[in-house]
Amino acid sequence: MNVAAINISLGGIGPLLILSATALVVLAIDCFWPSERRSHLAYVTVAGCLVALGATWRLWGAQEAVFGRMIIVDNYSTFFTGIFIVGTTITTLLSIGYTSRMGIDRAEYYALLLFATVGMIMMAQGLNLITIFLGLETLSISLYILAGIQRQRAASIEASLKYFLLGAFSSAFFLYGVALTYGATGSLDLEHITRAVGETTFASKPLLLIGVGLMLIGFGFKVATVPFHVWTPDVYEGAPTSVTAFMSVGAKAAGFGAFVRVFSISLQPLSPDWTHLLWLLAVATMVVGNVMAIAQTNIKRLLAYSSIAHAGYVVVAMVAASALGTSSVLFYLLVYTFMNLGAFGVVLVLGRQDEEVLAIDDFAGLGRRAPALAAAMALFMFALAGIPPTAGFVGKFYIFSAAVQGGFVGLAVIGVLASLVSVYYYFRVVVVMYFMEPAGEIPLAPRSAPATVALVIAAAATLALGLFPSPFITAASRSLVAVLF
Amino acid sequence: MDTAFPLFLMLLFAGGLAGAMLAMGEFIGPKRLTSIKLEPFECGSTPIGPGRQRFNVKFYLVAMLFIIFDVEVVFLYPWAVIFRDLGVFGLVEMACFIFILAAALVYVWKRGALEWE
Repeated sequence: MNVAAINISLGGIGPLLILSATALVVLAIDCFWPSERRSHLAYVTVAGCLVALGATWRLWGAQEAVFGRMIIVDNYSTFFTGIFIVGTTITTLLSIGYTSRMGIDRAEYYALLLFATVGMIMMAQGLNLITIFLGLETLSISLYILAGIQRQRAASIEASLKYFLLGAFSSAFFLYGVALTYGATGSLDLEHITRAVGETTFASKPLLLIGVGLMLIGFGFKVATVPFHVWTPDVYEGAPTSVTAFMSVGAKAAGFGAFVRVFSISLQPLSPDWTHLLWLLAVATMVVGNVMAIAQTNIKRLLAYSSIAHAGYVVVAMVAASALGTSSVLFYLLVYTFMNLGAFGVVLVLGRQDEEVLAIDDFAGLGRRAPALAAAMALFMFALAGIPPTAGFVGKFYIFSAAVQGGFVGLAVIGVLASLVSVYYYFRVVVVMYFMEPAGEIPLAPRSAPATVALVIAAAATLALGLFPSPFITAASRSLVAVLF
Repeated sequence: MDTAFPLFLMLLFAGGLAGAMLAMGEFIGPKRLTSIKLEPFECGSTPIGPGRQRFNVKFYLVAMLFIIFDVEVVFLYPWAVIFRDLGVFGLVEMACFIFILAAALVYVWKRGALEWE
């Protein structure tokens, strides 16, 4: 056996290695030098993330399959890696005041955030279905624990258990799909699968279609598309808010990272078969997500349904199955990371000692009591609704124009109508903040400087990506040029 | 035949060793049978009673830790098989692997997960 033939490139998985090492360091620091307050562990985490972000930056432009074609380093995976690490950094900064208030200020919290990020990167860099599955499990298992890390609260345990049971179930679906795809094509390598699928005489097509369908269920669960979304509101509501924020952007982006690579890139020859399925999925997800969100009175449940709806918009871009569609997926997920983390960030800086402000009516009067915070929340709500000049508008514009260019005018119309519905519930939050009289005193948390920094970053990025989107759109489209095969 | 013969010897040796041990215990071991020793062996818990009784959660912790380290050690076997081909590179890689494993053990130890009380 020749070691050189495997093409080992430690630089290629540099971000992944740095984050793993940081997680071990965080655990070791807490084991050997325990202390009462653990905010220094958060700063170690942020430092590790920044170093990893630098390593990711240096990978831009690289294009090679490494580790025996298990891992691929291309602009696509690098773009996603960047999104994940930025998401983790902002989440960690937001966590600093929140975790000590909630009693979840533990080394394991930060280590698991990092391990989950490692899983995400593995999913985006996977060139082999096994690598993607490994990443999926690394991510999922970390998230199961994180959802239940607030052990004293029954809701947190309930969220963890529900997520674990349903998540394990969906992993089984995915794995079975992988097995059938292997049976039909004779390979787990995405490029070999493309070649096998492209062959004209293809006897085992039903087997492949079942396999692809099962993988679709697995991915659909991870990114929370209807009808695989039922876990989302309960888990998002029960998990600690910082974990919900992390889950809603990171796990979703990672799910789409693998979803798009497997479907839009590797199974591209099969697209006539899966386009209709994704069309249905996109319509159901947008409609159910947005309509259910209207009825919510809890801000976390509202954001949960909103995140379901946003998964629907991204699937619209996948239906287009074009280069424009795929690059708009990348851009949208980048935008979504900032605006959704921002919205959850505002929710989690409100509230006192282990008591959170979660009813939407509790936001009444926030416009006067905390003008800056209310303005930030309003900005994130506008962005999620897709109002110019925020980044949400540009993201949605690219998605729907990709759908129109791909000939899916009906889908684009449904998408625009669905996002009109969403304007209602996003604006309700704004109306409550500015125009409603508070019933009682809103508890305001002691200000946490790192959380403020995180919110400023998220708000600035939401505006900047809306006003000057072109460098990022160029980067997103350049991510596709370099995709191998 | 040539390749299977050592395997056959191995089988013979393993079977013979196990048989010899059992036989030795049977013939030269002391036998003092008490009522407890004659009970079916159930890892220390009472063998008679309802099947759905609650176990101490510590059993699960120990079982989980055992499985984790047991399964990870299995990864040493493929490395042992091609140890010479991989050379220094494999040695360094495996040292990293074992270091991470040891870090996990230290973590578990420090956290007190190995203490029964």
